[in-house]
Amino acid sequence: MSRRTDREKYALPRGVFALIQGVFLVSLTIIILVPLVAIFIGTFQDGNAVIRNGITFDINWSELSLDNYVMLFTDSGPYFRWFFNSLVLTVVQVAGTLLVSSFVAYGFAMYDFPGKNAAFISVLLLMTVPFEMMMLPLYVLVNDFGLADTYAVIVIPFLAAAVTIFFFRQYFLGIPKELLEAGRVDGVTEFGIFFKLVLPISKPAIAAMAILNGMIIWNNFLWPLLVLRSPEKFTLPIGLNTLLTPHENNYELLIIGAFFSVIPILALYLAFQRFFVSGMTAGALKG
Amino acid sequence: MKKLLYSQRLAPYLFIAPFLITLAAFWAIPLGRAFIMSTQEVLYGEATFIGLANYERLWNDNVFWRAMYNSVRYMVLTLILLIPIPMALAALINTRLGSERIKSFFKASMFVPALTSVVVAGIIFRLMFSETESGLINQVIGIVDLGPVRWLREDIPGLIALLALAMWRYTGVNIMYFIAGMQSIPSEYYEAASIDGASKIQQFFRITIPNLKPTIVYVTTISIYGGLAMFLESFMLYAGNSSPNNQGLTLIGYLYRKGIEENDLGFASAVGVVILVVIMTINITNLSFSGTFRKESAR
Repeated sequence: MSRRTDREKYALPRGVFALIQGVFLVSLTIIILVPLVAIFIGTFQDGNAVIRNGITFDINWSELSLDNYVMLFTDSGPYFRWFFNSLVLTVVQVAGTLLVSSFVAYGFAMYDFPGKNAAFISVLLLMTVPFEMMMLPLYVLVNDFGLADTYAVIVIPFLAAAVTIFFFRQYFLGIPKELLEAGRVDGVTEFGIFFKLVLPISKPAIAAMAILNGMIIWNNFLWPLLVLRSPEKFTLPIGLNTLLTPHENNYELLIIGAFFSVIPILALYLAFQRFFVSGMTAGALKG
Repeated sequence: MKKLLYSQRLAPYLFIAPFLITLAAFWAIPLGRAFIMSTQEVLYGEATFIGLANYERLWNDNVFWRAMYNSVRYMVLTLILLIPIPMALAALINTRLGSERIKSFFKASMFVPALTSVVVAGIIFRLMFSETESGLINQVIGIVDLGPVRWLREDIPGLIALLALAMWRYTGVNIMYFIAGMQSIPSEYYEAASIDGASKIQQFFRITIPNLKPTIVYVTTISIYGGLAMFLESFMLYAGNSSPNNQGLTLIGYLYRKGIEENDLGFASAVGVVILVVIMTINITNLSFSGTFRKESAR
């Protein structure tokens, strides 16, 4: 008992602790948001100066202008082409990945069959192997078959995605088997049960994986960088990267374009935050 | 045909077929070829068997060891920076002080950096760590009369910039993992502890940390892979794969240089095989230690 009273005597009053905690967390949040605010301010500045001098706290407020925004919407060359490519590729790849991966996951979750363990252990292994490890063998394969510079080759190897399979399997394990039996009694095929009975009640899992995959695919950089050759096929990250060269003189587009590329994901995040959290934490995201 | 659609014995194989095809076509076969190519000299599509000569060359290549050193150093430092700090921050955010809305506001803002692509994050950090006196980071350290530092031209400053980028992007992600882990700890544990007179700090070390073990193991695992496989952060920060004295070159950067930039496929395959063996050894050790294999086969 005496220990307890001692601590109460010396402990900070609750209000003071809460205040310190609040001030600390607010300052940390500000520090975390500085880089994004800085690039946002950069969108109003002269691009060459920003590249030459770096992002800075010395902001010449009178020189800020909307010129870059006018340029973005009237004269930004290939920018919206890249944006459009990224959008189409993201939508198609997300839809394909969800369909194929949930299909596979259903097989793992609902049946017992010889070889299941070995196959599932491969899923677990692939979940943690970073893509970087596989980039060269895949690159050689793609070149040998003359498939470089196609969107198909960006999408197809990743449709059966280990992380997404794992996530859907966990979700399907929670679905009562009686539902399947009821379907069988009614004469629905095994695939009909998946498409007509199970998928419609899996919307939370679909939403979580759509958002997680959407973010990853929208930001996907390395594999498209290896595969894509023709500028008209570039996605946003690839296009932006081409602007980051010493010979380039379109630094305004680099800065405002980089900033604008974050906006779709940011909007999704603000609208569907809880799905981001469940997708990230229940599955497994490569760091 | 109709019978096939109803067969419960055949169905699972059809369901997992896309995965098996992916595994064979895009993992097993390319990997098998990489093993074979690692014993060959590949010139203009002509392959000659040269035994282990590529591996010998690799062993004697100082640039490879520099890349290995850079990757391991980065991985160890990210483990030190990106596990204890996010864990403490998660505990700080996850207290009962303040409302749910305040809690989710902090969680949400700290996660925002993870939404940016590595390209955008790299561009921003390259500009913040500009070597000019007016660069943002040089301005900050200028307050205490340090610098200006030529960030990306020197080894340790370059490493600091890289770690700052990693911390910026992943602190929020790891906080999210830890908060999820903390929320799964029954609150009775804490109530019992505070009745017994345990302070918040004691509760953190005696209750939170032991019960977070699965999350800690998971975050450690992905941080090891992520650290050893780091490439793009460096690639963007240095605006390409070359840096002064290879100070920013990582294992994957070396693989990229040999395989893709120099098209030395035999030798690069040997690099890839070595990296893969290192990673898979850690992977399998980790999965068997954490009991994942046993758990999954018991189902």
